[in-house]
Amino acid sequence: MRAVDALMECLKAEGVEVVFGYPGGANLPTYDAFVDAGIHHVLVRNEAGGGHAAEGYAKVTGKVGVAFGTSGPGATNLVTPIVDAMMDSVPVVFFTGQVRTELLGTDGFQEADTIGITMPAVKHSFMITDPRELPRIIHEAFHIAGTGRPGPVVIDLPQDLSKVDIPYEPVTDVHLPGYQPRTTGNAKQIRQAARALAAARRPVIYAGGGVVAAGASDELRRLVRGGRFPVTTTLMGLGTYPAPDDLWLGMLGMHGTRAANYAMDEADLICAIGARFDDRITGKLSEFAPRAKFIHIDVDPAEISKNIPAHIPIVGDAKQILARLDAEYTAQDADASRLDAWWQRIHTWQERHPLRWEPAADGQIKPQQVIEAIHRITGGDAILSSDVGQHQMWAAQFYDFPEPRRWVNSGGLGTMGFGLPAAIGAQLGDRDRTTVVITGDGSIQMNIQELATIRQENLPVKVVVLNNGYLGMVRQWQELFWQERYSHVDMNTYGGEEASPDFVKLADAYGIRGVRLTEAATFEDDLRAAFEAEGPAFIDVRVVRDEKVYPMIPAGEAARDMVG
Amino acid sequence: MVDTNELLSLDELEAAGHLRTGRKHVLSILVENKPGVLTRVSGLFTRRGFNIDTLSVGPTDDERISRITLTLDGAQNPIDQVTKQLHKLVNVLKIKDLEPAETVARELALFKVAVDAQTRSEVRELAEVFRGKVVDVGRRSIIVEVTGDRSKIEAFERLVRPYGLVEMIRTGEVAISRGREET
Repeated sequence: MRAVDALMECLKAEGVEVVFGYPGGANLPTYDAFVDAGIHHVLVRNEAGGGHAAEGYAKVTGKVGVAFGTSGPGATNLVTPIVDAMMDSVPVVFFTGQVRTELLGTDGFQEADTIGITMPAVKHSFMITDPRELPRIIHEAFHIAGTGRPGPVVIDLPQDLSKVDIPYEPVTDVHLPGYQPRTTGNAKQIRQAARALAAARRPVIYAGGGVVAAGASDELRRLVRGGRFPVTTTLMGLGTYPAPDDLWLGMLGMHGTRAANYAMDEADLICAIGARFDDRITGKLSEFAPRAKFIHIDVDPAEISKNIPAHIPIVGDAKQILARLDAEYTAQDADASRLDAWWQRIHTWQERHPLRWEPAADGQIKPQQVIEAIHRITGGDAILSSDVGQHQMWAAQFYDFPEPRRWVNSGGLGTMGFGLPAAIGAQLGDRDRTTVVITGDGSIQMNIQELATIRQENLPVKVVVLNNGYLGMVRQWQELFWQERYSHVDMNTYGGEEASPDFVKLADAYGIRGVRLTEAATFEDDLRAAFEAEGPAFIDVRVVRDEKVYPMIPAGEAARDMVG
Repeated sequence: MVDTNELLSLDELEAAGHLRTGRKHVLSILVENKPGVLTRVSGLFTRRGFNIDTLSVGPTDDERISRITLTLDGAQNPIDQVTKQLHKLVNVLKIKDLEPAETVARELALFKVAVDAQTRSEVRELAEVFRGKVVDVGRRSIIVEVTGDRSKIEAFERLVRPYGLVEMIRTGEVAISRGREET
């Protein structure tokens, strides 16, 4: 069969149900193979949308996402999703078309050095030079993408090779001598960690996206509850520990709660699990958690002691390690009352500094209250696919996630335009769950063309734009740290007139019901109606323009210097 | 109830990662002999801001495997991070941070030195002392080949520089561990 038909067989063998992509010249053979393959291919409106949709699918299902693009511009449009998937450790296999081998290196039409361009941002990549190797390489790509610390893998397939007739036999094993992720943590280290936890007077459990990736949420909950440990998560880890809960401190980091950040600041022991001490977490590194010793559990050894030297490093799969750590800790039979004073201190912070917002005096809608309303309307059970900016932080702060894989966002790369396409993948990954895009008037316009995909796939995605007419996060920084010198953040006015697009009409043009909400007193009923109506909805919520995200650790400062 | 004597006191814990070692390191890296592998290795150094002193690549006794010998300064580079990041490359099979005392390291250098009838013999004598080889003699210059460890080559360079060093090229070190054990 043709190499591209073998490709389809490999996808089926990997259990792929849905892929996202865009055809072009160099991948015509692949798209010909789709005709008879019986695989659900979602035609997006920009390759970047396909890449993010594959990420959204992977984030919600835990399976490997798949995206297709053609050579040249198709591949370069995929660069952002590839880097995004690398930063957030999302398992996605990207198939890019490539010009015919005789044209390689000649600046042929729609030729780009896809392997070269993506090399610094992939977990691994393959250039196909012998079509007979394609089946084995596809399975290797899925294996690499989905195991260990997940990540993106690129397969670049020249057009001529993709048509070659090859003998296809199912591949049952992969052989990668240079790739053997460690899974079982060192038993001695785990025991040492248990003893350190039992000795700690001011411990904090700090969990990240790695706990989501490892499917270790249950194990985390058992350890936390067994030890009565204060627990916080990163933006990427939301939902691994259910919110709200007595032991839950809220998210930590730049826009995390004071309780979480102050607890890190005063902790004597921090147990980091699948988290990487990103600068949005640590603030000023030299003043981060100055009194703490660190247990660091991660499947990627390179994360250990990268930013913060670990006292007890444990490399391996978080699910296994947490289960064993819980058992070892229980065996320590530590006195839970040793944490009483610590909890008292934390409760003081929680009472003094809850996350809060004030209603607007003039009846306008506050963005935070929209998130709270969505929580009520969806019973806290929705998938939220967020874009990047203020709305993302408000969603993270005010939508309490009861389970992992419900919060889909671009954390590491911070890709505006991520939310809408990612929601397409998320909805297809979990068809029965309400899927909501939380976005802003800036982010939504970066990939708004994907409304057409939502319409064509008839997906009941609810798009909520927290519309303040500003690039709000940039504006916030200009207000707070750049002496209110506003530079190109106003998206709403031109010559004194309102210049923002009429999103309701725009949605209508895409065949999606649009509604505009402006009154704090009445918006929730209309929002509920839009959510309860069948099919997709586009809700343009006009919110107070200059609302800021608080609290906040100014960039490069220490946690105890939080403002707001 | 827990007996506190059995507990690991948090004060006993010392940080494991010493981020800077402060000495020169020679990494011997076995990689799959496939297109683009060297680019992946060198690209990783660029992206992470690591600084390579020397790098040499060559075949091994197994044609599917190449060896990269790489030297870098542990005062400026977090060696622990360097090796861990290298290990993440799928084509990297094995990395050894060679112990200086347990390692034979050699580098080859070619020196083109400006000479006249008088100084030619002086440079030839120097080459002999360093067990170098004169590989080319011209009317106004001479080319000397010197093999040795880094300090020997640098010593030779210091000695011939006053004569007028027209050009010099060094291969970068290759290294192998002493004794029966495989590098």
